[in-house]
Amino acid sequence: MKIKKILALVLSLAMVFSFAACTDTKVDEESSTNDAVSSEGTFAKEGTIKIGGIGPLTGDNAQYGVAVKLGAELAVAEINAAGGINGYKVEFKMEDDIGDAEKAVTAYNSLKDWDMQMLMGTVTSTPCAAVAAETEIDNMLLITPSGSAIDCINPDTAFRVCFADPAQGSVAADYIKSNNLATKVAVIYNSSDSYSTGIKDSFVAKAAANGLVVVAQEAFTNDSATDFSAQVTNVKAAGAELVFLPIYYTPASLILKQANDMGYNPVYLGSDGMDGILGMENIDTALVEGLMYLTPFMETATDDVTVNFVTKFKAAYPDQTQYMNQFCADAYDAIYAIKAAAEKANISADMSVSDIGDAMKVAMTEITLDGVTGSNITWDATGEPTKTPKVVKIVNGSVAEA
Amino acid sequence: MVFLSQLISGISLGGIYSLIALGYTMVYGIAKMLNFAHGDVIMIGAFVIYTSVVSAGLNPVLGVLIAMVFCTVLGVLIERLAYKPLRQATSLAVLITAIGVSYFLQNVALLIFGSDTKQFSSVVSLEPVSLAGGELVISGETIITIAVSVVIMVALYLFVNKTKPGKAMLAVSEDKGAAQLMGINVNGTIALTFAIGSALAAVAGALLCSSYPALSPYTGAMPGIKAFVAAVFGGIGSIPGAMIGGILLGIIENLSKAYISSQLSDAIVFAVLIFVLLIRPTGIMGKKINEKV
Repeated sequence: MKIKKILALVLSLAMVFSFAACTDTKVDEESSTNDAVSSEGTFAKEGTIKIGGIGPLTGDNAQYGVAVKLGAELAVAEINAAGGINGYKVEFKMEDDIGDAEKAVTAYNSLKDWDMQMLMGTVTSTPCAAVAAETEIDNMLLITPSGSAIDCINPDTAFRVCFADPAQGSVAADYIKSNNLATKVAVIYNSSDSYSTGIKDSFVAKAAANGLVVVAQEAFTNDSATDFSAQVTNVKAAGAELVFLPIYYTPASLILKQANDMGYNPVYLGSDGMDGILGMENIDTALVEGLMYLTPFMETATDDVTVNFVTKFKAAYPDQTQYMNQFCADAYDAIYAIKAAAEKANISADMSVSDIGDAMKVAMTEITLDGVTGSNITWDATGEPTKTPKVVKIVNGSVAEA
Repeated sequence: MVFLSQLISGISLGGIYSLIALGYTMVYGIAKMLNFAHGDVIMIGAFVIYTSVVSAGLNPVLGVLIAMVFCTVLGVLIERLAYKPLRQATSLAVLITAIGVSYFLQNVALLIFGSDTKQFSSVVSLEPVSLAGGELVISGETIITIAVSVVIMVALYLFVNKTKPGKAMLAVSEDKGAAQLMGINVNGTIALTFAIGSALAAVAGALLCSSYPALSPYTGAMPGIKAFVAAVFGGIGSIPGAMIGGILLGIIENLSKAYISSQLSDAIVFAVLIFVLLIRPTGIMGKKINEKV
């Protein structure tokens, strides 16, 4: 009797847990598509096209990852409301990598377990290069919204929406020359990061060609990214009028503060990693006033695509407008690029990852996209987009055209 | 002039290391244990200040006082819950527990505040001092950090050598059993040590984040390790040693960053540490302890 009672108890407990497990997975599937925007359309065909995303949703670079997630979800919701891709519903699921290469590969594998067919990611350069090596093995399509290092798009099936590192460095050097911002320039860069060193190298080469004098090149590493007084003192002593910062916004905010403490206030020009500095919690706006950086996207632009994007973003995420930056825009364009290419290649939901990769790598080079990060964007077989960065400036605590 | 400027930056960084190292050295000197959670108590202190100043809008000085009280309670609690039950255990067990407490504090902060880096508002409102026509600028944070480190070091030195509870600490550090036989409350004395060390951690947190205003749950980890090195460098257990070790470490780190290589600065710091320990195994100010037979 006693054994039976215990057995009954165990069985009923098992049942309760299995029910709980069922509801859990259901919730997961629903929330994975989009929770902020839930305008479901009707679809002509059965089956779903699954797009995965990877990026830093927490950690030092969370501003980028969250922005990418919101932008991609907005695009997916719009596409689903309009009948999906080739009549199939689109599902999007984003995994966190904290900006770390190893975690990004783990995230990639867990997305593969979810049956991902195409990858929109990763967001930052170093993890992206690691994941790109994995996608090459699987012949999976990879579109990175913002991975700008050369290695991010090594495989044939890898493309990017943002401009490449060399492009940023040379545009920055050209901008300084053509606007006569300075003749003596200095660079503070992160020598342990491929994004930063890539931009620095092309900047230094182009600056020399433009007749600018690079008076100091100071490095730091991920492990020594809090105390910049030595680097700032050297840059100040070398007499640089402009400091180029091809780095992410967290160390940049510390450099601005420490230079200001030393009474050194040069002109600052940053790469697109600077985008997000205004979204930092409790940021001192006086400190970032006048800071310039490169970006492909400006909220205040007046073309139809941008206006539509900005209006819809504000309607969908009224509490998260601080994430409306170029990363968000890049991700939005990445999803629309996938849509355009998938329609061109006539992708169906039951195709294998490798077949989709083969078809998409051809179709990507044939499409022309009018996106929020540029009009008439086209891609070549290497995966590079054709578009040029704009320079923006922080004025009175918000972003304006420089 | 550039060299002087680099030197001052180094002293400023060293001042912060000294403040943290004082906490390490106090606890080691009295309880003979390495409290690896010290760096994370600093981080918690900085978060308390951030919450009271930025979110609740309190005066920065009041925020620092609240953090000192909070960290004191936290330090005593950690001692009571994690270390006291292990008083008779091997020192290795206590060390592992300290590492566990360190991870515990980081993860609690991660849960409450998230991992996004926050911009810390400086608690120092002193204007920077400009010398030699603007070529040499010393920030208010640097001046306050160095002044506070010196004041705390002198106060601690006097407290330990001149007051009764301080003498009780010295007695406990020399021989726990004998101290107890002489009527000293050993547990109370160790708790007091943790209280003082943790209150210092809150001050260190305020100054660390005022100079380097990026606050995340991992903010305390690296400075904590560096300060531990500083404490060993100066002679662990010695209060003036922590001060000297901290300042020297800051100067060596900053000068090697400025003149040799910013990538190699940490390696150079540790190489110097090894060199010093080879010549003086107990550190610069460390006492030579003769084993009694």
